[in-house]
Amino acid sequence: MAADKSTYGNSAVYVVDGCRTPFLKAAGKPGPFTASDLAVYAGRNLLARLPFSTKEFDQLILGCVMPGPDEVNIARVVALRLGFDEAVPAYTVQRNCASGLQSLDNAARDIASGNADLILAGGTESMSHAPLLFSQAMISWLAGWNRAKGLGARGKALLKFRLHYLAPIIGLLRGLSDPIVGMSMGQTAEKIAHRFGISREMMDEYAVRSHQRLAQAQENGWFDAEMETLYSADGRFFTYDNGVRADTDVDKLAKLKPVFDRHFGKVTAGNSAQITDGAALLVLASEEAVRRHRLKVLGRLVDCQWAGLDPSQMGLGPVHAVTPILQRHQLGLHDVDLWEINEAFAAQVLACLAAWNSDDYCRDELGLPSAMGEIDQQRLNIDGGGVSLGHPVGASGARIVLHLLHALARTNKNKGIASLCIGGGQGGAMLVERVTAPQPVTPRPTDSQTTEHNHDDAE
Amino acid sequence: MMTLSELKLSHWKVETDTQNIAWLGLDKKETSMNVLSREVLSELETCIDVIEQNTPAGLVIHSKKKSGFIAGADVTEFTSFENEDQVYDYIRFAQGLFERIENLGCPTVALIDGVCLGGGLELALSCRYRIACDEPKTRLGLPEVNLGIHPGFGGTVRVSRLLGVFTGMNLMLSGRPLSAGAARKTGLVDFTTPRRHLYSAARQVLQTTPPKAKPRLVDRLLRLRPFRPLVARLLVRQVAKRVSRKHYPAPYAIIDLWKDYFDDRELMTVKEAKSITKLLISDTAQNLIRVFFLQEKLKAEGKHSDFVAHRVHVIGAGVMGGDIAAWCALKGLRVTLQDQSPERIAPAIKRAHQLFKKRLKKPRLIQQAMDRLIPDTGGLGVKSADVVIEAIFENKEAKQALFKKIEPQMKDTALLTTNTSSIPLAELNVVLKRPERLTGLHFFNPVAKMLLIEIVADSGTDPQCVHAASAFARQIGRLPLPVKSTPGFLVNRILMPYLLEAVELLAEGKSPESIDKAALDFGMKMGPVELADTVGLDICLSVAEILGQHLGLEVPQLLKDKVAAKELGRKTGKGFYTYKAGKLQKARLADDEAQPDIIRERLISRLLNEAMTCLREQVVASADLLDAGIVYGTGFAPFRGGPMHYSEQIGFETQKEHFIELEQEFGNRFHPDAGWDLLKKAS
Repeated sequence: MAADKSTYGNSAVYVVDGCRTPFLKAAGKPGPFTASDLAVYAGRNLLARLPFSTKEFDQLILGCVMPGPDEVNIARVVALRLGFDEAVPAYTVQRNCASGLQSLDNAARDIASGNADLILAGGTESMSHAPLLFSQAMISWLAGWNRAKGLGARGKALLKFRLHYLAPIIGLLRGLSDPIVGMSMGQTAEKIAHRFGISREMMDEYAVRSHQRLAQAQENGWFDAEMETLYSADGRFFTYDNGVRADTDVDKLAKLKPVFDRHFGKVTAGNSAQITDGAALLVLASEEAVRRHRLKVLGRLVDCQWAGLDPSQMGLGPVHAVTPILQRHQLGLHDVDLWEINEAFAAQVLACLAAWNSDDYCRDELGLPSAMGEIDQQRLNIDGGGVSLGHPVGASGARIVLHLLHALARTNKNKGIASLCIGGGQGGAMLVERVTAPQPVTPRPTDSQTTEHNHDDAE
Repeated sequence: MMTLSELKLSHWKVETDTQNIAWLGLDKKETSMNVLSREVLSELETCIDVIEQNTPAGLVIHSKKKSGFIAGADVTEFTSFENEDQVYDYIRFAQGLFERIENLGCPTVALIDGVCLGGGLELALSCRYRIACDEPKTRLGLPEVNLGIHPGFGGTVRVSRLLGVFTGMNLMLSGRPLSAGAARKTGLVDFTTPRRHLYSAARQVLQTTPPKAKPRLVDRLLRLRPFRPLVARLLVRQVAKRVSRKHYPAPYAIIDLWKDYFDDRELMTVKEAKSITKLLISDTAQNLIRVFFLQEKLKAEGKHSDFVAHRVHVIGAGVMGGDIAAWCALKGLRVTLQDQSPERIAPAIKRAHQLFKKRLKKPRLIQQAMDRLIPDTGGLGVKSADVVIEAIFENKEAKQALFKKIEPQMKDTALLTTNTSSIPLAELNVVLKRPERLTGLHFFNPVAKMLLIEIVADSGTDPQCVHAASAFARQIGRLPLPVKSTPGFLVNRILMPYLLEAVELLAEGKSPESIDKAALDFGMKMGPVELADTVGLDICLSVAEILGQHLGLEVPQLLKDKVAAKELGRKTGKGFYTYKAGKLQKARLADDEAQPDIIRERLISRLLNEAMTCLREQVVASADLLDAGIVYGTGFAPFRGGPMHYSEQIGFETQKEHFIELEQEFGNRFHPDAGWDLLKKAS
């Protein structure tokens, strides 16, 4: 049952600023940065832009699905590496593909309830650093070997060894499979593509458009304000999301083989989100903090919704999370100026659109009288998405919210919704609004005030 | 019978506890650091007298100071001996005292927390056990060779028995201190422990008296008489790669002592005393001790201000700027490194990582240093920096434009500094609202190796800023040398005539090898031709041209030709030398080719004469500071005590006559500076 009130009540939760790393495509081996490296490198320049010190933060919250073994509460590791005061607490949240959005929601709730004024929140993931694991059989054998004392016992233990014990378990693949329904994420995308009749051509065309939009955005510098160059210890640097294939076309993508439903499926590496490393951090602030530090803001987080559904159709999660928000705020699909629906799979985004446009689905699954209607694709993922720039699972939620705010500013629009599908059968969505900061001196501001306070010039 | 607690002592805090353990805690009066002065040792002797009379259950020697255990013998006393006999008697007294400690009838422990160097380590070695605190501040070493001497309180004897030949010799020959962990691995200390367990560890060791580890069999074999000459030859070969016997006899003496007398402990001890006596009164040791005090003098320049930096902003990520930023990050500061594009910053990050890896070793520490070094294309760091260091290319207008832009963004209390090597402050600070705040922070290349920083100021500079800049230099472990903002400041200015003379010699057909050899024979750390190649001939030329204008130096055509031909030195693979894969290719000198005397005369005279000019023009405040700057800034033979000291030892009169002879033969660039006459009169 959805609540009938906005999650954050009437309290204003502002996004002051944000910064992300370029998303780096995994090259089949561990990339140059661990998950905490990525968050630290995004965070330290962001902090340098702020006119207040890290002591002012109430906490740091990070989303991360697979932190490295030596950074399990990665948020705390990042806080200390960023030079945060030891007294500032930090914790890590995990809701699979929406962990980055979860951290923003947690932060926003704390601010809305008056428990916090300033929180650094976001997400990070180094998918290229996902671990290889020993099989249970190998672990059992090793335990026996360690217990074996003396030559005889050792010999016996050795005889029990089987070569296939050495076959590693790829942590990343396990993470991208659903243990309840026994399907990989790609297979769930195949399932909903089938349900809504999404063809291979539609998926590939969508993917090509994603790359073209990203390439155009990069060319025009539309990410400059939200992105910070990464430098690796070996003297390389990374300025752009490097998964972009500006020259790809439907013919090229048509040559790729389906990877999840082998032979006869439609979902390929080309029309799925890329495996990437990246991090995104946002500074969230209460009205009081914005006034006190005379901050300029990007906008505010208005509402958030989480939803659950059949794990084998997890790709439709956005439909279930977004719809209650629209209902609460009495909005139609057309009333939202810009959409960021995370591109886990081209098929999955297209299936969401189809579901909203289906009388049957809206009636049977959402309890609506008829179809919600169509989303204008000129408003959807206008600068590319997971298919072209990748989906570092812990970071994507924070990235799309940050980018949505920048995109609203660029197009001079107001309302936006960011949403993700979540492995395990969930959806998450956030409604954001571009506003200007309340004035530092007036006691009761409204969102319509337009005075700009340039914190860069604050002395 | 007297007990320990009844003794009236001014440097030692002593007590016997309920377990009958005697605790001797050194807290040398009125100093921040413990050193073994004559008084400290005589008081220790008094304690040992009592302890011998009434043997306790155990003895612990420790420090009551937070600054460390014992930093060594009192170097100030090294210059006060009047003759050999006084030295010898003192050494024999200390040796005897340490032997009595070694022979006490109870177990003994040295509890080491912090620095434990030289005589301090020798005292610790006379205890049966050594327990060290495992903090990074704990450093154990025998740095005597750096002062031209060797351990003299029985150290050479004990180290060669306790440790393996090569580890023990390396400890004494290199003078490099060990961390607590390394000291335990080599066997120099028996246990390491966190500070919280130090005192209980001492008690436990005294109660249980655990067996001592013996050196490995191979080490015991290598000490045998038939093998020693062989091992000694190996060691000599290694030492010869770094220093010559003529200039630095001390390391050779250590090897000789071991080779000739290892079998007879008593004799070796006597020979150790004889050897150090001879070394200590030699010019080499006295000059090196002088350089030690010069270093203290430079350090004191940083004590006039309590300025402490937390954040540093470096603008310009070239070789100098990038390396300065890396160095500051290594030293624990948060550093933003600004340049126009990532292409310029990325190589600096790579070099920084290499530096961190080499110096910090532990991945955790390397990561922390990398986190502190923040690439900053947007110049975000200016507003929160405590020190801003400008290190962009040498162009007056560009620097002025930059200063104009950043001054309004900076904190009021922040230091504004420039790493310019050639542009006078007065030409740069005119664009500032507060021109008096700009100081020069002139680092030398390579930043990680060169200890000296010239702190540049002119008559308009705020003295507080100069003091703060000097304090900052100390904060990053560097030696500040205040200099006047005149072309080339001190170091480059004195170096330049010397380098140009080397080019003149090359132009006359002398081989680079013969020129460098003459300089090395004098004791320079690197020959002038190799130095020019390493710095880069283009940089030499540009500095020479700028300085030439001011000082009336003639820039040899050969240097211009080389630069025009893009043969710029090491970085291009060819300069005056050729380099293969970065390695210098030196030809072997023919016997008749070398004319070391006249080459050396010409090189060094140019340097000495320019040094005198700088002193006369008061580029630095004193002859001592000048000597310090030249030793630490140019690698001028340290055992000669600095150019002014060297001239004084030769005699100013003689020196001047040299110049006149050279002037007659080679032209007026050797014309003696007027300052020689002034000094001559003064002396």
